[in-house]
Amino acid sequence: MSDLSDVPILALHDVSKSFGTTRVLSGVSLQISPGEVVAIVGFSGAGKSTLIALLAGLERPDQGRVTFRGRELRAPGPERGVVFQNYSLLPWLTASENVSLAVEQVFAHRPKAEQRAQVERFIQMVGLEHASARKPGQLSGGMRQRVALARALAADPEVLLMDEPLSALDALTRGTLQDSLERIARESGKTIVLVTNDVDEAILLADRILPLSAGPAATLGPEFRVNIPRPRERRALSSVPEFRHLRSSIVDYLLGSKRERRASDAATQPS
Amino acid sequence: MTTRAMSSEAISDSGASEPGGDPALNDTNASQVVARPRPGTDLSGSARARLPSRLEQTIGNAALPLIGVGVVLLLWAAASATFASSLPSPSKTWEVSRLYVLEPFEKRGELDQGILRFTWYSLQRVTKGYAIAILIGAPVGFLLGMSKLFRGSFDPIIQILRPVSPLAWLPLGLVLFHKPEPAGIFTIAMCSMWPTVLNTALGVRAVPQDYLNVARVLKLSRAKTLFKILLPAALPYMFTGFRLSLGIAWLVIVAAEMLTGAPGVGGFLWQEYNALIYEHIILCILTIGLVGFALDRLMGLVEQRLRAA
Repeated sequence: MSDLSDVPILALHDVSKSFGTTRVLSGVSLQISPGEVVAIVGFSGAGKSTLIALLAGLERPDQGRVTFRGRELRAPGPERGVVFQNYSLLPWLTASENVSLAVEQVFAHRPKAEQRAQVERFIQMVGLEHASARKPGQLSGGMRQRVALARALAADPEVLLMDEPLSALDALTRGTLQDSLERIARESGKTIVLVTNDVDEAILLADRILPLSAGPAATLGPEFRVNIPRPRERRALSSVPEFRHLRSSIVDYLLGSKRERRASDAATQPS
Repeated sequence: MTTRAMSSEAISDSGASEPGGDPALNDTNASQVVARPRPGTDLSGSARARLPSRLEQTIGNAALPLIGVGVVLLLWAAASATFASSLPSPSKTWEVSRLYVLEPFEKRGELDQGILRFTWYSLQRVTKGYAIAILIGAPVGFLLGMSKLFRGSFDPIIQILRPVSPLAWLPLGLVLFHKPEPAGIFTIAMCSMWPTVLNTALGVRAVPQDYLNVARVLKLSRAKTLFKILLPAALPYMFTGFRLSLGIAWLVIVAAEMLTGAPGVGGFLWQEYNALIYEHIILCILTIGLVGFALDRLMGLVEQRLRAA
């Protein structure tokens, strides 16, 4: 078991992916160690969702390899839980039925009572006991995302992949959910890959931040380690010097990559 | 892109039902226009919000259809009194039909029964044909929606069989089954199947990729994906198909019964034409219309329930 922690749980090896003639990702390499929280920040449309789809196994790379525990990844599976950007809850099922769908599938061999307890535990973890019998249509965006999170976590995945989980929410809800995520990430001790366009969110949640350069043909930039001790407090964070330093470095890198992209576009396409 | 297309569609729909501002007209327009379910656009709600007032609406709902009925009765009476002398007048029609309406379930002889008793026979026949149509149509629709191979192979033939008239299927049914009863049911099934097939296929293809991704990540089996994801997601579309299919099934029953002489509203209609009792033709037409209307409304209610859930 001990030597397993040296092997990356999930890795991309020089991966490229195109859709049609557009090259979305180019030469992306990434290694994720068990138990760490990695945030990938980038502009909208830079290929962040594609990156998550590759890690989940929903998409296959054109070039390079995706490995899970050292073995080539060929298909999606519940050991890599995904929280989708648009929640992807089934609208005809209640909140707890949505969670239950995952639990029944993953823990099919366990007795029914145990499955129910598992569903309840995770509904509780995301603070939705009062709304467990409601359907997604009757829930706010923030509540829906909590259900989606509960569904992913209740399946007890080895890695949790989150595709801009909070980007569709208003600022206030987003802040509250960021705090919840920070707590859940810390308490569950899960390996998490979080894709976001919010640098503050990345710093709040991650051990390590990787900027994704502006697309097309996006690639990962230098890593930024976040050494701010946990638990982290969102409101107190802005006064931490390391936070301000990290934030400006990451933002500078991202803006720099965008300027470079524009400059090279201008050079290759003379008017 | 898709939201844009949807909203422009919604605009043209409500635009079509606006002129006149007649609530009764609006209502029927809306139910005809919405051939496909469009989750998220509440058409009836927006149409209703534009009406002048609640009171006017209530009066309009009750009174305007009565005015319409009155006008048609007058035109009918005028026509039968002037140029169309063989057309029985409204009062004559009532007199002659009275017995059949007031004792709707009476059975006086094989060909002399109350109008609702005949209707009941027809409904039984329709139910059988319709059940076959749905039992075959829904799975075929699923295959059509799920498999490119199946779609490529069978879509053309479906498009060719779809517009074939019941009058063409019936003789083939008689050839196949030698008896009028199964031939009629066969005809109903063959004609009413297509809206269920096509709407089910549409519904299956419209299932969001996100739902399928959830199924893939959870590694749901094919059967589970079908019953837990595809079927519930496609159900609103399927119900639209069921509703249209029922309308066609009822339309076809008359033709089937007329040609086979089976006891039912259609059979009664044809027999009374041969017996020169034209009043009963009108009675049958009205009954067929009312029953068809009731069936459509019933399916509409079920559909609404389903979509609200």
